[in-house]
Amino acid sequence: MRIVIIDDSGLRATVLEEGLREAGYDDIHIVPPHGAFVARLERMAPDVVLMDLGSPSRDTLEEMLMVSRALARPIAMFVDQSDDAMIGAAIDAGVSAYVVDGLRKERVKPVLELAVRRFNAFARMQSELDEARTALADRKTIDRAKAILMNQRGLAEQEAYALLRSSAMNQGKKIVDVAQALITASDLLGGGL
Amino acid sequence: MTQVLQMAFLPLTDVAVLAVAREQGFAEEEGLAIDLVRTTSWATLRDRLVYGQVQAAQMLAPLAVAVTLGLSQQPAALAAPYKLSVNGNMLVMAPQFAQALEPDLGRRLADPLGTAHDFAAAIGLWRRKPVIGIVHRFSSHAIMVRYWLASAGIDPDRDVVLRVLPPSLTVEAMRAGEIDGFIAGEPWGSAAVNAGLAETVAIGERIWQRGVEKVLAFRQDWLDANPETTDRLLRALARAAAWCDDPAHHEALAELLASPRYVDLPAELIARALSGRIVARQGEAPVDSPDFMLFAREATGFPWRSQALWIYSQLVRWGMVTHDRETAARAAAVFRPDVFRRALADSGLPMPGASMKLEGAVKAPMAVGTHRGGLTLGPDRFFDGRIFDPDQIEDFLREFAMRR
Repeated sequence: MRIVIIDDSGLRATVLEEGLREAGYDDIHIVPPHGAFVARLERMAPDVVLMDLGSPSRDTLEEMLMVSRALARPIAMFVDQSDDAMIGAAIDAGVSAYVVDGLRKERVKPVLELAVRRFNAFARMQSELDEARTALADRKTIDRAKAILMNQRGLAEQEAYALLRSSAMNQGKKIVDVAQALITASDLLGGGL
Repeated sequence: MTQVLQMAFLPLTDVAVLAVAREQGFAEEEGLAIDLVRTTSWATLRDRLVYGQVQAAQMLAPLAVAVTLGLSQQPAALAAPYKLSVNGNMLVMAPQFAQALEPDLGRRLADPLGTAHDFAAAIGLWRRKPVIGIVHRFSSHAIMVRYWLASAGIDPDRDVVLRVLPPSLTVEAMRAGEIDGFIAGEPWGSAAVNAGLAETVAIGERIWQRGVEKVLAFRQDWLDANPETTDRLLRALARAAAWCDDPAHHEALAELLASPRYVDLPAELIARALSGRIVARQGEAPVDSPDFMLFAREATGFPWRSQALWIYSQLVRWGMVTHDRETAARAAAVFRPDVFRRALADSGLPMPGASMKLEGAVKAPMAVGTHRGGLTLGPDRFFDGRIFDPDQIEDFLREFAMRR
């Protein structure tokens, strides 16, 4: 079974490809959706095409599937329309799968299930990465606000942090928001730093 | 209790009515919270609606018909009780290609038939088949450009390459040289003109003066199961649409749509379609096109079944579906004037008495029979003067020299 993954993100495609290889599929190709990707896809004659449900290239791909003479058999999204749970899980995970007509559903289902698990894992990784990035940015903001307080009010670092924290608690805000407000005010007042 | 409705949309100026219903409190007044989900491609929007991730969507009218007829992936009976917009499209081509057309932009846009014939000559002068971007096979844009090209003997499947890509990727595709022009909803045509990548070749409103554009589509089973919510939503949209049509609000509307949550392009570009002042070539004075995009007046929202059938007739014409009475009836049933009437019965809006009309027959503003109030329909002619009688689809199709 030849599986083509159409993906922009190197990471997501790699995560998916690794999973498929571990499961024993070895005819896997990754095609980024740029330039003449449709022509490349036609030459490959895949049995299953996997891609991100939100990919902007899906309109282009579907048009190709509709008019292509090179692909002898029609391809439809999801092979077994009766399996609502499977389709629901795929849609929620953001997986779209185009499968050639006539491929038995028992053969396709494990591929889809794997794609769903891997897409979900990738989304988790992505959100953890985003959280880590946000945490880093927050820490920088708080450090700057602390420096302003230390400089302007002659506080020690721990005192400056305690002041930010108590202000935040009193106002029912996050520390980073109070810190940002302080930085903005300091900038407006020409406080430097 | 406020009910949350999720709706999918694409970044286009004609999301205006949905955006305003949410942002100006019209939905809230009806006890609804609208959650708008931005998507990039029509395939994704279609799947979110068909598989129930959203309850409604801003949809290309022909796509709603195609999904119902099983022509676009998973078949699902869709229902469109409300039109979100009429007109609003523009065909733009690279300046090098447009060199072979009438250079005076006012004259070029006022004479679509002449320009279509010039276009045929321009294809001959071009070094290869021009590649024209369309946003979807089942889009009003594709149907319109096919209709227009064919009028000058240009076979849209043989003499040009129609390439599908989402509206928000059109400008980049022009820049990369992947397409020679495109037809899309605003503000993408204006964005390409503004970047000096293209100039306007035809305006939708001059091809069909009242062309069906986006509809509000639901799954039919959901619509039937939730009449009360549907009615509240339609009332909110009707009031939002009137707000959008008011010239006094155009500046605020352009600012709203310019936000990254919606279209994410400069307000100045979005304002052009709203005010009907179209810059057709970079740096030139705007061309007046007062009916460029309609939201409310002339009962824009009313889903005439004859318009669903016109769309269907064009799908038949190009061999995308085989005509029979049963299929035609299913296509017509996608548009739901009955729901429109039920929802807006007490709204004070003029309500058309019929559900079908001749399309393309109104030459000058015309008062029509209504259940209440005065309704004047604007001119709705096709540029070639044809009239579509929804009861005579076979005869209408026989008149076209080019068909499948």
